[in-house]
Amino acid sequence: MTALDALTPQAPPPAEVTGGGGAGPWRSAWRRLRRNPAGIVGAVIVLLFVLVAVLAPLLAPFRPATSEWFGEVTPTSVPGPSDEHPLGLDSYGSDLLTQLIYGARSSLVIGVVSTAVGLAVGALLGVLAGGIGGWVDTVIMRLVDVLLSIPSLLLAVSVAALLGRSPVSIMLAISAAQVPIFARLLRASLLAQRGQDYVVALRSLGLRQRRIVVGHMLPNSLGPVLVQATLTLATAVIEVAALSFLGLGDPNPAVAEWGRMLVTAQDRLDQAPWLALYPGIAIAVTALGFTLLGEALREALDPRSGR
Amino acid sequence: MLTLVVRRLALLVLVLFGLSLLLFAWVRALPGDPARALLGEKATPAGIAAVNERYGFDQPVWQQYLTYLGQIVRGDFGASINTGEPVVTTFFERFPATIELSLAALVLAIVLGIPLGYLAARRRGGWLDNAVVGGSLLGVVVPVFFLAVLLKYLLAIQLGLFPTSGRQDARIDATHVTNFYVLDGLLTREWDASWDALVHLVLPAIALGSIPLAIIVRITRASVLDVLSDDHVRTAEAKGLSRAVISRRHVLRNALLPVSTTLGLQAGALLSGAVLTETVFSINGIGSYLFDAVTQLDYPVLQGFILFIAVVYALVNLVVDISYGVIDPRVRVS
Amino acid sequence: MTGVSLLDVEDLRVRFQRKGQPATTAVDGVSFSVDAGEVVGLVGESGCGKSVTSLAVMGLLPRRGTSISGSVRFDGTDLLALSPSELARRRGRDLAMVFQDPMTSLNPVLTLGRQLTEVLRAHTDLDRAAAKKEAVELLGRVGIPDPRRRAGEFPHQLSGGMRQRVLIAIALACSPRLIIADEPTTALDVTIQAQVLDLLTTLVRESGTAMVLITHDLGVVAGTCDRVNVLYAGRVVESAPRGELFAAPRHRYTQGLLAAVPRVDAPEGTPLHPVRGSVNDRLAWEVGCAFAPRCAHADAACRVPDIALSGPRPEHTARCVHPAGTPLEVA
Ligand SMILES: Nc1ncnc2c1ncn2[C@@H]1O[C@H](COP(=O)(O)OP(=O)(O)O)[C@@H](O)[C@H]1O
Ligand code: SF4
Ligand SMILES: [Mg+2]
Repeated sequence: MTALDALTPQAPPPAEVTGGGGAGPWRSAWRRLRRNPAGIVGAVIVLLFVLVAVLAPLLAPFRPATSEWFGEVTPTSVPGPSDEHPLGLDSYGSDLLTQLIYGARSSLVIGVVSTAVGLAVGALLGVLAGGIGGWVDTVIMRLVDVLLSIPSLLLAVSVAALLGRSPVSIMLAISAAQVPIFARLLRASLLAQRGQDYVVALRSLGLRQRRIVVGHMLPNSLGPVLVQATLTLATAVIEVAALSFLGLGDPNPAVAEWGRMLVTAQDRLDQAPWLALYPGIAIAVTALGFTLLGEALREALDPRSGR
Repeated sequence: MLTLVVRRLALLVLVLFGLSLLLFAWVRALPGDPARALLGEKATPAGIAAVNERYGFDQPVWQQYLTYLGQIVRGDFGASINTGEPVVTTFFERFPATIELSLAALVLAIVLGIPLGYLAARRRGGWLDNAVVGGSLLGVVVPVFFLAVLLKYLLAIQLGLFPTSGRQDARIDATHVTNFYVLDGLLTREWDASWDALVHLVLPAIALGSIPLAIIVRITRASVLDVLSDDHVRTAEAKGLSRAVISRRHVLRNALLPVSTTLGLQAGALLSGAVLTETVFSINGIGSYLFDAVTQLDYPVLQGFILFIAVVYALVNLVVDISYGVIDPRVRVS
Repeated sequence: MTGVSLLDVEDLRVRFQRKGQPATTAVDGVSFSVDAGEVVGLVGESGCGKSVTSLAVMGLLPRRGTSISGSVRFDGTDLLALSPSELARRRGRDLAMVFQDPMTSLNPVLTLGRQLTEVLRAHTDLDRAAAKKEAVELLGRVGIPDPRRRAGEFPHQLSGGMRQRVLIAIALACSPRLIIADEPTTALDVTIQAQVLDLLTTLVRESGTAMVLITHDLGVVAGTCDRVNVLYAGRVVESAPRGELFAAPRHRYTQGLLAAVPRVDAPEGTPLHPVRGSVNDRLAWEVGCAFAPRCAHADAACRVPDIALSGPRPEHTARCVHPAGTPLEVA
């Protein structure tokens, strides 16, 4: 720690921390988070989701998309739960539980990667806009406005049309919609800090703009970015499903996807509604987990935002 | 106000111009011979010749662009590679279904969302408030297409209260004028046709309406809470106005300002949701047309679609901005 | 008190209880009265309960989490006992209020004319056209130039001083018998504070309306009020006719406040002494004088519960064990 570091308030920006008892803001945020029941529910869901996704090969009773029991599926019926298959089969004759577990995997991978890409690109643009200002700011923000004004589905369709249907193009399609969100967030955060006393103090000490931004202001934006990323993951999980629901998903049928499971389930909605119910609930619960966690993080990092 | 409209329309023209340039470059950037890329697997020598003739791929690039621009300005977006139908014709057949559905969903969301958000804020912390906050969370996390499937299964398949799919019963021999079926029935005085179209709209509209409903409820609630703590509401109370007048004239009216801006931002999400809802209820809207275009890389359709959406989107936001100016005098003057 | 007063506030107490927080007592037994046509000052440092007192009188405190006791008799009726709708019928008609912040106290999306006519139409039987005419007249009376045009404008088109004039016009619209003005000039530019204050007092005097003028600034009181009540920590600590209060303050807090007011008649070079410490260092009135922690004259005698208002004459009383002018000071 240098003397200059001491001038920088740690993220989150010094909100009146009541009952903080001298602990750092991150510590007191952590304490508030632990006391928020909705946040705990969200965290547990997210944790379970990640565990299931990562440990899919260990947890799943079978290998995915084998169609091993295709013979047991008839045009008018799909076998329900049995000793061997706790949730029954899907309409292609694979184990439904296995498909659901592997579905978590695709959602997590695509969701996380696309959010990471969206965050990285968006943050870069936001930092350039907020840190440099002037015409750079104007140009970037106009671009961001345009991007923001395109409906996300249209963006996704264009990307898919341009790059063809592949996991990569789904990820890019989803992150394209996220770029403007993160760019605006970071720019706003930097601009809000620009006038703060500690930044003025650093500048008066003769620090370079770049060092102030990267070394001091950026770390302070970490809180809001974390919140937004968590909330964005919820949308990403839904978007992944929506794209495969529209048939824009991963073209490889061996990849289990909740969205696609929901589509195929529609043909047998009257015989086997659970085929639609399970993946649908999986999507909603996962999105709920990220949303609850994100909202709780927001309240924990900025107690005044609580309503 | 007028300058705002003029300036926005000028901006729209500029955006469309830029967009057309992008779309032009897009097709050009496709790998290989553009004519072959445009036609994809269906490329025949005759087809390629026709495309070359239409786009003038053998001419200099700037001239090609001018040709393209001229065609757009004349409303000629070319013909679908799949169906051979002119893109514009199909749009006029398909878009009314999508717009009808979106409007129904939006009306539902506004009619339910604003009063619910208002009541929740007024009885903050009460059971209604908790239900509204919880419900709007559900509305955000439950995907439209899943809600649509659920509604279809429960209310249409199981209980048989509503039709499972389509826009109108095929047995009704309705006349179609505008392709907005509910409106058509009213125009031609075929009341049963209108009614049937309306009944077909119920489930899709509920499913699609869940997105804007959740958002309208949330924003109304937060905005009413904000306004309730404003000084001017206390002034209104000090004047001895009745509770009803204060609620209507001093709370709700002010609180609706932020709600109206978000409505504009919802247009995109609504369209995306409409496409998803259409697939579930087999509605022949823009969704399935778009879906086919994407999977088969039908470029003329995609180009036309993107341009069309850009126009609709810009117009919706212009309308929202104007209505904002009508209710907020501070915007009107500046 | 004789009971003929227009407004008679007795032992008013207001407690706020918020979820998860200890209850706070904002007003702790305030009593004062206002005769018809009289202008009475309510003076005290920020946070001593002036605004809460005025809101309690008007019945404008949030219902939830607030408990109010005591009595507020207006023309013989206890306002605290009225139902919300009965009270609403009197507000704006019998008693009106001018708030501190003119920038936020008007509705930004309604025209000024509308904000005036709606009071008139709520409490009188003027029709739309007559109310409109009356509104323009009122705007003219509070010194707004070109009132007809201004009536069609919105608050953001006016300066702060002009907006406060509009709020005064709204308060006076139905010729109430009492106006409560809560720091009516505090939020304004120093240069126009005097103008607005002048306008307010002139209009009130002309129409014979009684007024409670709330301020933290004794200077404001000096030229306007008939009587002054000094508030400290939720209680009236001194009550006196204006001239006597300035000439011979009895409570030590009043003395301190006066020493902090710049006076034109003071010999040049007289230092200003702000009262040291802050309202937050205070004793509970049940323990002793709330001002004791800041008082230079405090001693063991000041730590008696609930010191009473007393004085040689009923017109001038103070809540002090060692009031100014007593032997202790001479010694
Ligand atoms: N709605 C409220 N809830 C809780 N405390 C309040 C409320 N309104 C005022 N207070 C508290 O009551 C005390 C008196 O406030 P106020 O009457 O506004 O003081 P002032 O004399 O400056 O007008 C203050 O300590 C304030 O914090
Ligand atoms: S009672 Fe005692 S402490 Fe209070 S003002 Fe008088 S002298 Fe000071
Ligand atoms: Mg006050």
